[in-house]
Amino acid sequence: MSNQSVGGVAPSGFRLMLLRSARALRTPMPYLAFIGIGLWLGIYFLFNEYWKLFPFYKIPGPVEVVTEWVSRDPIWGTSLFTEDYYRNIWVSCRRIGIAFALATGLGVPLGLFMGWSQKFKDYTFPVLETLRPIPILAWVPLAIVMFAGFETPIIYLATLASFFVTALNTMLGVESIDESYFRAAGCLGSKKHHVFFHVVVPGALPFIFTGLQISIGVAWFSLVAAEMISGDYGLGYMIMDSYMVNKYTTMVMAMLTLGFVGWTTSAMVRVAGNRMMQYRQKALGQGGV
Amino acid sequence: MTDASDNMMEVKNVTKTFGDEWEQETVVENLSFSVKRNQLTAIVGPSGCGKSTVVNLLAGFERPDEGQILLNGKPVTGPSKSALVVFQETALMPWLTTYQNVTFGPKLRGDMAPDALKAAADKIIDTVGLREFRDKYPLQLSGGMQRRAELARALINQPLVMIMDEPFRGLDAMTRQLMQEFYLRLCEQESRTNVFVTSELEEAIILADSLIILSNRPTSVREFMQVDLQRPRNLEMLSSPEAYEYKRHAMEILHEEALKSFKGGAGNSDFLEAYSRQG
Repeated sequence: MSNQSVGGVAPSGFRLMLLRSARALRTPMPYLAFIGIGLWLGIYFLFNEYWKLFPFYKIPGPVEVVTEWVSRDPIWGTSLFTEDYYRNIWVSCRRIGIAFALATGLGVPLGLFMGWSQKFKDYTFPVLETLRPIPILAWVPLAIVMFAGFETPIIYLATLASFFVTALNTMLGVESIDESYFRAAGCLGSKKHHVFFHVVVPGALPFIFTGLQISIGVAWFSLVAAEMISGDYGLGYMIMDSYMVNKYTTMVMAMLTLGFVGWTTSAMVRVAGNRMMQYRQKALGQGGV
Repeated sequence: MTDASDNMMEVKNVTKTFGDEWEQETVVENLSFSVKRNQLTAIVGPSGCGKSTVVNLLAGFERPDEGQILLNGKPVTGPSKSALVVFQETALMPWLTTYQNVTFGPKLRGDMAPDALKAAADKIIDTVGLREFRDKYPLQLSGGMQRRAELARALINQPLVMIMDEPFRGLDAMTRQLMQEFYLRLCEQESRTNVFVTSELEEAIILADSLIILSNRPTSVREFMQVDLQRPRNLEMLSSPEAYEYKRHAMEILHEEALKSFKGGAGNSDFLEAYSRQG
């Protein structure tokens, strides 16, 4: 049988993961990422620092940025060795964490109920569809009027943007579940709440996680926009602040940091999704994560 | 044999119409038949004749507009574990393993002790030959295995009637044959009441004790046949003269019904003539 190991006891758990990682390192796959990044850095270096092409020369190149980034005594005051840098990352991450948790905690149940009950959808969908197209920037004044300080309006905006995406995707997820699963559950004697927890929730999960991947991106987008408009700390604020005082090196550093942090958070959502939907992984013939 | 208690299921003058008051289509009209206890009743009909509607009515997913459906003497009021359906396309939950799928019903209803359930599930998974695939997910199983897993999921509930809605459709010819043989043995070993809906006449004849041929839309019973081939049966018996005679007779009726869906349409008489000659 193809799904059993040849000879001896099949490795499992952590050991299996290590073995698979070791095998993956022998394929070209992981190195392609490095080549890609290398090429991009090369072009960036040539355009901005070496040839100094218009309009790229106005922005600091990779050598300058990296030098500043790893400097113990940064010229513009922010680097891997200053507390300031980590404080900005931490503040943004905390805000994202709160906003994402709130949006998921509210959006997923709302979406599930909307997909599950036509009546509930009839009540709620028109409201959602009226509010959803309003761009997040249009909510900024309202957020400032409603909430005092920096923290609450920023979290409010990020939550709002992320919430709409999550609710809508979850609803679509429930609607995408094949009718035959409901029928099978029905004739196997499931009660209504069984159907909800054993068909609606697991059936919508793939869509929910697609939605969460998008929603964490949207959360970052609105968070940074909000931080740029009004903020005291955070990566968005760091970008805007360094721009205002012509610290372009710090600005690029903040942008790249934002890229890395954003990538990490969506990878975390992806990993969580894969862990919760092992059956999809197995069906693809892959082992976990 | 005419005693009512011989009948596990009785369909009495059932009519089902879809649509609103301006646009209506009567899919089932005045349908009456009975399903004998511990027998396999096969239902065949030309494609598009409303077989699926009949399945939905028998299983309680749809309610008849007129008439009545009795299961073991009691009217069918909705889906229940008494009349279980094995679906055309697999309806195994993709997020559950074979074992979890099989135990899905009893576990939710909570009507079996955990030990008894585990024993019963393992036994039934053995019966359908999926012991090694007990902890695999449906997407890791082949088409034939999925159908067997679905059979197991239905069998464990000890339904009064098993309703099979074209269960082997979409399988390749080889797997289909294997499944037919498997199902034949299963039916002969256990006495259970089966309703087997199919569009394949040969499959129906080899499996069935009685054969119901449906008319074209609006669906009603066009012909009732008793299939008296000896048991145990095997697929080779299909080439016997008796089986051939059943097939020829049923084919004639099916043909006639199938042709009705061409008439009144484009009315290409040459085509119709050629099609009739072929049969």
